[in-house]
Amino acid sequence: MKRSFVDLHLKIAPKETHALQNAVQRATKFGYRHIAVPFTFEPSLQEIENIKNICKNAGINPILRADLHPQNEHELMNSLRRLRRKFDIICVICDDKEISRQAAKDRRVDLLNFPNFDFRKRFFDRSEAELAHSGIAALEVDVAPLLVLAGPSRVRFLSCLRREVAIAKTFGVPLVVSSGVTEERFMRMPRDMASLSYLFGLASVEALDAVSTNPLAIVLRNRKKLDDGFIAPGVRVVMEGGVL
Amino acid sequence: MKRMKRRYLALQLEMDGVPSEKEFMDAVWGSVSGLYGEVGASLTSLALISFDVSCKVVVIRTSLETLDFLRTSLACITSVAGKVACVHVLAVSGTIKALFNGFNV
Repeated sequence: MKRSFVDLHLKIAPKETHALQNAVQRATKFGYRHIAVPFTFEPSLQEIENIKNICKNAGINPILRADLHPQNEHELMNSLRRLRRKFDIICVICDDKEISRQAAKDRRVDLLNFPNFDFRKRFFDRSEAELAHSGIAALEVDVAPLLVLAGPSRVRFLSCLRREVAIAKTFGVPLVVSSGVTEERFMRMPRDMASLSYLFGLASVEALDAVSTNPLAIVLRNRKKLDDGFIAPGVRVVMEGGVL
Repeated sequence: MKRMKRRYLALQLEMDGVPSEKEFMDAVWGSVSGLYGEVGASLTSLALISFDVSCKVVVIRTSLETLDFLRTSLACITSVAGKVACVHVLAVSGTIKALFNGFNV
């Protein structure tokens, strides 16, 4: 079956319409079927419609994603309560150990993302992986720093990623590889993006799954939950007010 | 002696202007040796097969064992001859004939 490629982290500001249009067109040309543009604030309906229109015109499926950057656990819980039902994907940028632990065990969090340029703030260790596994969070890896960094800092980054990916595999935490690009010129074709994952220890099938099957599974699971008929996992309303 | 299996890659170069063959191959060699070192680069048996200036499609050859090395290194290229550039892999094939049949290079 043909793979459906997803880029869950096209880090272009939703307000920069022109840049976004170009990036979306480029993503379509490269063969992506779904893309997510992260919101760091609560968007208006018009902004959401704008993104949906841009994606629709380019022939690509939009995914609504919120990037939460809370200062403390309380703020994280508040944001989750407020935003969970409005977005397809909720990602928490974890630059604090308490926040990362809380995010990993909360079943409303889909993705855990760690700061790319501050290696001391990458808290994905065995405890975090265990919590993420018992919750349903996946580890998101942005490949953009691999293109931006060079020399010792790239070596350090790769070493962190290799360790985290090995832990994630041991504990069965799903991996999602995203571009994380802020500029169009760093966008890569899905298979090229998957090939970058070889650098941190993913085999070729795992790498392709990380840019297609894994992110898509998260999106579909959440869309089912956000559907009006959803009651609980395995239970949904199929018909109201009549005889089946 | 065991015959060495090779792979041919058709690449799309995206940049303003057209670099010379040497400039392009320097960028590829630089990226491979930057990521895998000189020993890793020496294992790739990298060679330029053709360079179509008009559509910026390049065909290169590598050994099958180091195909993954090369794909990763190609994805890491961000500049060629000092200009912003990126390289996309269009196709991979075991023979030049099959590669050229698949693409009108």
